[in-house]
Amino acid sequence: METSDPKRRRSRRFALPAHSKLFLLLIVALVLLYGVIYPNARVLIGALQLEGHWSLANFLDVLAQRSVLESAITSVAVSVLTVLLCALVGVPLAFLFERYSFPGRRIFATLAALPLVLPPLVGTVAFIFLCGESGILARLVQHVFHLTRAPWSLRGWGALLLFHTYTMYPFFYVLTGAGLQRIDAGLAEAARSLGASRWRLLTRVTLPQLTPSLIAAALLTFMTSMASFSAPLLFGGNVRMLTLEIFNARQRGDAGVALTETVLLAMISLAALILFQRYEGTRRFVAAAMKGTTRRRLPLQSGKARLLAAGGGIVFSVVLALPIVTLMLVSFSRDGLWTTETLPPSYTVANFVRLGADADARSVFVNSILMAGIAAIAALIWSFCVTALTATGESKRWKRLTNLLVLIPWALPGTVVALSVAEAYGQNNPLTGSYILVGTFWILPVVYFLRFMPLVVRAVQASMEQLDRTLEEAAGVLGASWWRRFWRVRLPLIAPGALAGTLLAFVIGLGEYVASVLVFTPGNRPVSIAIASSLRDFNLGTAAAYGVVLIAMITIAMVAAGRLEQSSG
Amino acid sequence: MPLLSLNSISKRFGATAAVADVSITVEEGEFFGLLGPSGCGKTTTLRIVAGLESPDAGAVEFAGQDITSLAPEQRGFGMVFQNYALFPHLNVFENVAFGLRARGARSNGPTVREGSLQLDIKTKVQRALELVQLPEFDKRRVDELSGGQQQRVAIARAIAIEPALLLFDEPLSNLDVALRQETRQELRALVNRLNLTAVYVTHDQEEAFALCDRIAVMSDGCVVQTGPPRELYEQPANVKVAKFLGRNNLIRAMRLTSSNDPLTRFKTLEGGHTLTALASHEQLMHLPVNKPILLAIRPEAIKISKGTAPEDNRIAARISQIEFSGATTTLTLDANGLKLEALVLRADGLQVGAECVATLPADQIKLLGEG
Repeated sequence: METSDPKRRRSRRFALPAHSKLFLLLIVALVLLYGVIYPNARVLIGALQLEGHWSLANFLDVLAQRSVLESAITSVAVSVLTVLLCALVGVPLAFLFERYSFPGRRIFATLAALPLVLPPLVGTVAFIFLCGESGILARLVQHVFHLTRAPWSLRGWGALLLFHTYTMYPFFYVLTGAGLQRIDAGLAEAARSLGASRWRLLTRVTLPQLTPSLIAAALLTFMTSMASFSAPLLFGGNVRMLTLEIFNARQRGDAGVALTETVLLAMISLAALILFQRYEGTRRFVAAAMKGTTRRRLPLQSGKARLLAAGGGIVFSVVLALPIVTLMLVSFSRDGLWTTETLPPSYTVANFVRLGADADARSVFVNSILMAGIAAIAALIWSFCVTALTATGESKRWKRLTNLLVLIPWALPGTVVALSVAEAYGQNNPLTGSYILVGTFWILPVVYFLRFMPLVVRAVQASMEQLDRTLEEAAGVLGASWWRRFWRVRLPLIAPGALAGTLLAFVIGLGEYVASVLVFTPGNRPVSIAIASSLRDFNLGTAAAYGVVLIAMITIAMVAAGRLEQSSG
Repeated sequence: MPLLSLNSISKRFGATAAVADVSITVEEGEFFGLLGPSGCGKTTTLRIVAGLESPDAGAVEFAGQDITSLAPEQRGFGMVFQNYALFPHLNVFENVAFGLRARGARSNGPTVREGSLQLDIKTKVQRALELVQLPEFDKRRVDELSGGQQQRVAIARAIAIEPALLLFDEPLSNLDVALRQETRQELRALVNRLNLTAVYVTHDQEEAFALCDRIAVMSDGCVVQTGPPRELYEQPANVKVAKFLGRNNLIRAMRLTSSNDPLTRFKTLEGGHTLTALASHEQLMHLPVNKPILLAIRPEAIKISKGTAPEDNRIAARISQIEFSGATTTLTLDANGLKLEALVLRADGLQVGAECVATLPADQIKLLGEG
């Protein structure tokens, strides 16, 4: 029983002062009500009403359309296959880098997580330049073998799954790696001493302990894949995923279908979340070990194995870096001049100069930085409000409800979040004070905030959980008031983790496309929209240049986040 | 009037009663111990004194004032935590100064006498660090310190605020044996020198005996006996105390005589030996006549000799095990089914399987009541 250990329990004595608590409670309740509950309720109501009457007819009508059901099945199928493929790539890679040491291991280990920070749209564009039917690889094959037509087309299932695997395997790679690090090496030693073979050790000791990591990775991959939009849009071909169908229905002006499909997508995502978490709950192991044995990486002894591992690492990192290298190459190409050649024929810095000189292009970056920044900072402040409430040992039921409501926007695909906000704040309504958010600058910061605040809350909560509670008790006994304890003890200790989470939210916000494309206005066009429209106008160089600048900004932010995390640990 | 008194304190966590009806008084200048096995409620009791938990029932009084509902930061106590709870983001100086600054902010407001407050803090921190023999360590990061040094910083931080009461939650349990004994002596000297009143929680009987003037032995949330170390050791009030404090031979026996003679005879249930024990009039009053009761005798009180002479309190026994542990040797004896442990300084001439005579002096046998 968790409450019976006085050292672990947070004492009720340490609750917030009553008036501060009431204030926080009000903020949290209002944001959750207007940001999470109301918009989603509007979508649900919209899908379940027909001309002002409650009716399942509309909902069932839409469901009965073959294309809707098909796209739902397609979405799930793509996601399941993506999870399997990502596990196949990510897990062995994690074992290789975590268990063995060989020349260059550290560099490759870092590189392997690279696709995580690639904005999906930018990744998609890079992929098209590299592997598309008029991309560098296809042209190369065409020229070498003197083919009259492109040797393949980057369309359909294969293309989609290839891209998904490339961008999402890092979930498995990173989480399995972290899981392997946590496993007490003493357990492996115990198993070996009991006579377990390597295979038995792997299947009976290591993998069961990794299960929580694997489930978490599978969940992340599944949800990301369900929400995937850029890839199906640009090279999905006849693979009609739900996100794309919602977008198309909205473009057609078919609100009923869009809402129903949104509800469908939301339901599948939430069901997956609940299913995974159920399973995870039954599979959590608490290490009974008192003192862990630190694991040493096995050096690869034989020359052949070292060569193979290092060579494989190099090939692997080249494969990983190729799309980004391609993007850089194309960003220096002249718009409109690259037609049938393998590589762009002539190079210029004009694209970058134009990005700097053109007021329109500059404003796009300013918009993205501003909107992602506002959302990230708001998310940080909001996270402190939520954790201050959930960490004070109050009623468990409310705590759970708050956490659940906070998580919902994370579980919902960006398409759903954007659409629900648009639906709720798109027309006059006394419930919202008749404030119309749609069409204003603020719609995107609000949507970004809702999408990314669960991430920041999670980061802050994780830092709080690692925080030794006796520290605050010690401060209390030494005479510090609640606010002093908060400012002098809690805040400095959770700041690194919280800031790292905030930076991550900022970085994802910088390249956000899925939700932006549904609700952006001329006044707040973000970078991703500029990339998409350049691409549509066949200004490939400009599109790539946008992407390169975006990646540079993200890299800087990620390096800063890494520094912060190091200084905390 | 006692400085601190706990009056019928109770605290439940869910279904478990962590502390049940505990009453304790601590005099000014006293070093008071709370001793018991893990989970007995001693830490919870200490946390209630600190104000980190509020009791479900009962009252805490300090210097005549009811402080039961006072917040921890308003009590002015010092506390040393088991894991030290040093602030990892602050250096040694700032850790020790933390309480002084917090108090300064409370009483004066940060703007008043800023300069003199700073100076005040500096001298007080230096003095506290000198007291724990770490005068040169003020600029160090706490994670650069060894376990023993961290523990000293934790003590310095607690005494820097000149606490009205010093609370210790198993502060030595993370140190190795040699360091623990050394720190123990220094701690006692320090508390004496500063003339502080302390409440000290530990599960280590030896530590409690060495440090404390008076000890409350706790078990299952209750205080089972309170007294000076020697009294607890020599006169355990019941089986629990006898079992917990040092080793004891517990012998089930029936009372043979019903007279109120102080030399009372018993017959052991195992082995059927006759033992005479010295009992006070009052003890005999409470002793049931027709039920088995428990007698206790310390292993070191049993005398081993050779030869035969079965008479009262002299029992023929066979040595079933000899365990050498340095200064002493423990013999395990089997006296016709009655298992006894005896402590001897040297086991010269004794061997497993040999017969011997175990003498249980009548004045060393304690009566523990019903068995």
